[in-house]
Amino acid sequence: MGSGTETLKRTPLHDRHAAAGARLVPFAGWEMPVQYAGIREEHVAVRTKVGVFDVSHMGEIETRGPDAEAFLQRILSNDVSKIAEDGAQYSVLTKPDGGVLDDLFTYRLGPDHFLTVTNASNHEKDLAWFERHAREFDDVTVHDALDDYAMLAVQGPDARELVQGLASGELPRRFRTVTMTVAGVDDVLVAGTGYTGEDGVELLVPPQGATKVWDAVTEAGAAPIGLGARDTLRLEVCFHLYGNDLSEDRNPIEAGLGWCCKEATNFIGADKIAAARENGTAEQLVPFVLTGPGIARQGNPITGGGEVTSGTLSPCLNQGIGMAYLPTEKATPGTPFEIDVRGKPRTAEVREKPLYRKE
Amino acid sequence: MAEASYPSDLKYHAEHDWARIDGDIATMGITWYAQEQLGEVVFFDPPEVGATVKKDTPYAEVESVKAVSDVVAPLSGEITEVNEALGDAPEQINEDPYGEGWMVKISLSNVNEADDLMDASAYEGTLT
Repeated sequence: MGSGTETLKRTPLHDRHAAAGARLVPFAGWEMPVQYAGIREEHVAVRTKVGVFDVSHMGEIETRGPDAEAFLQRILSNDVSKIAEDGAQYSVLTKPDGGVLDDLFTYRLGPDHFLTVTNASNHEKDLAWFERHAREFDDVTVHDALDDYAMLAVQGPDARELVQGLASGELPRRFRTVTMTVAGVDDVLVAGTGYTGEDGVELLVPPQGATKVWDAVTEAGAAPIGLGARDTLRLEVCFHLYGNDLSEDRNPIEAGLGWCCKEATNFIGADKIAAARENGTAEQLVPFVLTGPGIARQGNPITGGGEVTSGTLSPCLNQGIGMAYLPTEKATPGTPFEIDVRGKPRTAEVREKPLYRKE
Repeated sequence: MAEASYPSDLKYHAEHDWARIDGDIATMGITWYAQEQLGEVVFFDPPEVGATVKKDTPYAEVESVKAVSDVVAPLSGEITEVNEALGDAPEQINEDPYGEGWMVKISLSNVNEADDLMDASAYEGTLT
């Protein structure tokens, strides 16, 4: 059981979670709902209908000014110049040695205006990194926008139709953003992004409007979904979780994120990442399934070297799944291996991503 | 089982385990409170028949989607039977924790240990 709840931050939707019977737990300094009806039931609701997540614990950093693009190009791994106006892009923030500080989505709100969404556990670290490197540029301002937004994710096959019914304009396509009125709340930034492998949108909402949007979305039929199902949903489709699958001790090449690294942009750490791409890495992050009974968990060692970084029971596949760093020579899909799950050997097999794919 | 219940014919251990004692045989499992805290049980890893269990120490594991938890023995003895049905239907631990959700039966090595356990009202008193 968690303790010290008196110091935890609460989102504007805290009362809604308590009223809905959520189990609230400490997470990255916040008191967050881990489940409502039950992880499996919530997971299935998102895969088959629609669910809404309060992800207001996630941070935002706003970057503006004539040098904003050049500055972000210097610190983010992807090619920031390729983000269209109203576009969205995934990237990693890397140290000079290539280690990953965070993984992020960046939205271009205007020619010289960007919003970057951070992981809650990394927000302060990211902000300090942004501010430090912004000093190398003449005309860029970095603003901590954490308190400017509540964030709701509406995800599932019925998500777009549900939100469209509450929106003042046409919803953005995938990886695009539009600012509009949602459920009577003005200035909601709607993004065609998510973390579940389902269609849907994420809503960056002025905090005072959060309960109004939440109420409208749940009354229209979205099931409230906790962080427990958020984790099982993302793991079935092999989306990385910082702190599990990504860390400062791993570079994006071994993590399978070479696709979002454009070394030609000369971002911090680009030379080390180019070398890792050229020479290969000792280990590779792979998705796996357990071929027998059991559930592997983060930290379980792999016989012969390597470690599980994420593990759970897949509600859709009904078997143990996860991601693990394996020696590169064993990282080929179809390769069997053995995981030491609290002293018991469990059989597993490397798979292709995603582990779950819609029929 | 939606409503909390703590049958009066059982003995309870502070780690949220119960024992139904019949002579020198005890049936054991986890309490309503334990399964509620755990959430939906998706995997039960039973011990082997013939294994020795020791009071106050873990003898099995139950897993929810999110986490794994130890099951602590309320009494000592040797396992004579395990509930194999939980392999395919671990949700019985949630639905019927004192019936179909039983975990093991043991032959007691020291029947006097039962004196250390709580009755239902004493156990319920520890939950608030």
